Amino acid sequence: MNVLVGLSALQIALGLSVVGIIILVAGARRNSPRLRDAGYAAVYTSFGLVTVSTLTMVVALVTHDFSVSYVAQVGSRSTPLLFTIISLWAALEGSILFWAFLVFGLAALAVRAHRREPGHSFEYAAATMLAIGVFFLILLVGPANPFHLVVPTPSDGPGPNPLLQNHPLMAVHPPLLYLGYVGLSVPFAFAVGAMVSGEVADDRWIRSARRWTIAAWIFLSAAIIAGMWWSYEVLGWGGYWAWDPVENASFMPWLTATAFLHSIMVQERRGMLRVWNLNLVVVTFVLTVLGTFLTRSGILSSVHAFTQGTIGYYFLAFIAIVLVASLALVAGYAPELRQRGTLDDPLSRETAFLVGNLLLSVMTFTVLLGTLFPLVAEAVRGVKVSVGGPFFNQMTLPVIVMLLFLLGVGPALPWRRTDRAKLSRRLLVPAAVMVTVAIAVVAMGTRDVYAVLAFAFGAFALTTNLQEFWTGARARMRGRGERVFTALPRLVRGNHHRYGGYLAHTGLIAAAIGIAASSAFKTEREITLKPGEAVTVAGRVVRLDDVWGRQEQGRTSIGADVSVLSGGRVVAHLEPAQRFYESSDTPIPTPAVHSSAARDVYVNLMAFKEDGSSATIRVLVEPLVVWIWLGGGIVCLGAFVGFWPQRKRYARAPAVAHTTSTVPNAGEIRPVQVEVLS
Amino acid sequence: MTGSRRTRRGAALGIAVAVLLGAFGYLLYGGIGSNLVYFLTPGELLAKGTSALDVPVRLGGQIVPGSVAWNAQTLDLRFRVTDGTKEVAVRSTGTPPQMFRPGIGVIVEGKYDRTGVFHATNLMVRHSNEYHPPEPGHSPKEAYKSLINGSGATP
Repeated sequence: MNVLVGLSALQIALGLSVVGIIILVAGARRNSPRLRDAGYAAVYTSFGLVTVSTLTMVVALVTHDFSVSYVAQVGSRSTPLLFTIISLWAALEGSILFWAFLVFGLAALAVRAHRREPGHSFEYAAATMLAIGVFFLILLVGPANPFHLVVPTPSDGPGPNPLLQNHPLMAVHPPLLYLGYVGLSVPFAFAVGAMVSGEVADDRWIRSARRWTIAAWIFLSAAIIAGMWWSYEVLGWGGYWAWDPVENASFMPWLTATAFLHSIMVQERRGMLRVWNLNLVVVTFVLTVLGTFLTRSGILSSVHAFTQGTIGYYFLAFIAIVLVASLALVAGYAPELRQRGTLDDPLSRETAFLVGNLLLSVMTFTVLLGTLFPLVAEAVRGVKVSVGGPFFNQMTLPVIVMLLFLLGVGPALPWRRTDRAKLSRRLLVPAAVMVTVAIAVVAMGTRDVYAVLAFAFGAFALTTNLQEFWTGARARMRGRGERVFTALPRLVRGNHHRYGGYLAHTGLIAAAIGIAASSAFKTEREITLKPGEAVTVAGRVVRLDDVWGRQEQGRTSIGADVSVLSGGRVVAHLEPAQRFYESSDTPIPTPAVHSSAARDVYVNLMAFKEDGSSATIRVLVEPLVVWIWLGGGIVCLGAFVGFWPQRKRYARAPAVAHTTSTVPNAGEIRPVQVEVLS
Repeated sequence: MTGSRRTRRGAALGIAVAVLLGAFGYLLYGGIGSNLVYFLTPGELLAKGTSALDVPVRLGGQIVPGSVAWNAQTLDLRFRVTDGTKEVAVRSTGTPPQMFRPGIGVIVEGKYDRTGVFHATNLMVRHSNEYHPPEPGHSPKEAYKSLINGSGATP
């Protein structure tokens, strides 16, 4: 029953989506509102059908219907309910189904929000989204069909990969990532729609594309942070980023989307970088598909694993079609998109954005090369190689510190032209802070150049960005007699984009400082202890109290009671453990962490005697790790502030809007009532 | 601003970008060349002779049954890795993974030295996603019975 409903809903949705594409294109070409509305109805109905199919799968999982192939593959009667539901994305077929659900969900949402837009570009955009949906539906009715009938029906299944059911963050990370990935296909659809309809020259597409990109970017950023956190909390090695191809796959579109969010400001303000932005949006989308391909085709374990399944070829074909078609479109329209403005002064906000874009692109290329090189080497030369983490660190650290520096300079530079004297006055305090921090860090014994630069530039950038809030608030306090806590929120409310951006920068800098500190000042110790014995690591005393065993639902846990002492006082009880899931022959490490603002004490149980007479633990003391998670949260919050619709649009004073010394003074700017399209 | 000045500035910018990209490409080429880690089996490692000495390598194979020796106090770990025909002695400091039993697939990262010992800095058990039922008497439930029943060490 579930098999029948789930699969036929997908098949009907596939047919309907193809018809929908034809209707939408015909409607746009014949200028027919009736055809257009029929096309939109096809989008809604397809979404409904895919929803039915997805819910059917969830029901099948929860009711343990092992006649459905996917349930037989990942389901198990001993898995707790939460992990049963989220095993929807525990393996290939289910995650493609969930993916298709999101593609159609966002397409329906986009139709809902943009259906009344003038012109025809959105009809083509909707058709593009349907086409992306069609690709996933073809996978689902073909090579990734999760609804095969299993005969005879097994009585139980193996359950999802134990690594995925060991931490609740796995309920959060994949949906965030998919939302980020799928969300980035919407701005791509807008770009394609604008080009196909010939309306790209009016630059209207970037306004809608910007909001959708920010929304997707928030999810992608949150997903990356959640992924790092999961890696830190679950994998037991005490780190959060290993330049693993799976991590790189989510990082690359994040880099290009970040570049896009900045360079469209240059297009909005100065009419520059118009072709570049189209390319960026195409590349970002292709990188999300590439990410899916890398993580879902099995190519990472071996090129040969990939050639055994057929799904990889579908992805390669899709990537090729998207790249060729959209880059050909961009090339075709490039002559119409001559830039309107010019670079007047090498020292200006535009330059900062240009350099930032260049650095982000360079970084994307580096990560892409390091990620794909082993695949190419194996396919071409037949040797198995891996590109070590040192390559990525060596290549990206210089770029990262340059970006940190740029984060400090950028906000201080005005558009068009910079008054040198005012600029140096503006950078005086941040530069002083930078030098002080650099000296302090070197005096504390840091000799690693990149660590010193990261702290110094981080402090510099943090000061400039906070100074923006301070000077803005002070102007309001002086001009209107407001108090600090009234002036600050009003300042932000007056210009969401600007201050949301600065807030996101602040979070990013905090995270960067956390990363620099936790990797440069990490102390590690591995030792075998008897109950009652203790070890001192970086001033923290860690004592083993007991070794215990527990039979839990679907697993056996062996753990240690560990106390963390500071100054003779117990500050935390930790229970690092190893969990033996019934479906796996290797235990899952389950480290325990005591976090505080200054440092994390991370304890992992490595080994134990079967009679509990001793245990081997690894203790890591890492400073400022919490700053990474908090910083990540602030990044998302800042982006959300920037995303929030501005009820009033402020007419910007022309040309010399604000020079370095005058703060964006809300008093000088006349509000003009303009309804902003959602 | 005159047109010619604008073109000149554009050309200067173009040259600057080209030089930067060229330098970056050179760095990238060198960086990737010196950071490649080859994945070898014991047979392939030994066949390479002296060219495999002191370069980072990932060695993959099975643990030779009975070869694991671990000192819990010094954390000194020794074992032998085989691909069925050839064997390589591995030495490392750290804790073997709990189910680090003979015959299991491992990948060790490190360097092979002149004395014929592979010094591992990183040790990974090859995870398999397939279901392997534990051998009778070796399920964690039975193996760690005394801990689960609370007869292990208590404070």
